[in-house]
Amino acid sequence: MSILALHNSLNTYLLLAALLFGMGIYGLVTRRTLVGMLIASELILAASSINFMAFNRFTAPDPTIGQIFTLFIMAIAAAEAAIGLSITIAVYRNYKSVDTEDLVNLNG
Amino acid sequence: MNPTVVSEAPGLFTADGLAGLVFLIMVATTIIGGYIACSAERLVRGVAGLAVCFIGVAAIYYYLNSPFVAMMQMLIYVGAVCITISFAIMLAAPEDSKKSGPSGPLAGPLGLICAGLATFGMVVLALRTSFPVVQKINMGSVEKIGVQLLTTYSMVFELVSIVLLIAILGALVIARHGRSK
Repeated sequence: MSILALHNSLNTYLLLAALLFGMGIYGLVTRRTLVGMLIASELILAASSINFMAFNRFTAPDPTIGQIFTLFIMAIAAAEAAIGLSITIAVYRNYKSVDTEDLVNLNG
Repeated sequence: MNPTVVSEAPGLFTADGLAGLVFLIMVATTIIGGYIACSAERLVRGVAGLAVCFIGVAAIYYYLNSPFVAMMQMLIYVGAVCITISFAIMLAAPEDSKKSGPSGPLAGPLGLICAGLATFGMVVLALRTSFPVVQKINMGSVEKIGVQLLTTYSMVFELVSIVLLIAILGALVIARHGRSK
């Protein structure tokens, strides 16, 4: 199969989504600030949306359902970003830092 | 568009070939943006990489027969979420205090192992499974999306609007608390 016909194959999108998911996991594990972890979680959400849209295009009988689901994912992700950022700002006010290693009040 | 896999090779200077070339460029844009977003030393560069990645993802939605979702991706993610994150960086993440790189000597290898295992598992699953090709009952046009949102999914639609309202109010309350300090 030609490399120029890759956009007609489901596996291309699945592999791309897996790669984005892996990058998100890597960022989530290695980042040491809350904002960096939020950026990584946005990558994971984008990967899941690509998976939904790919299955919607290639295997779903009704292609509106996946698009609607992706729109709902976008709405929830926007809400998550707003809440996460306000929590980050509140944490910064209290601790004067957003480094995850400084937030040790709940350490056991 | 026909959902079955096209097997013959298109030439580079036909419409299909050029579409394939632009698709490859957009996939590369997505991957490079994602790499910058998850590994940049400074958070501002990470947010810029995230915006680039989301532009590539919007182009991929366009290739998946969904121009409406692509437009919403540009509006919501590139236009709103990235701007909100950069506001948070300006408000709450002083760049000069500490680096934002990996925390500790073990974090980088451990993160690579976790991410590699997750990616490997998903790739193996995707390549080993054969997915059925089904008959489409409509084309997934914007008109159909609107009808479905206001009939079948109207309850979810209203609930998501309530969730968004509560999220905005909660964000305001949390960020306003302790403002005088």
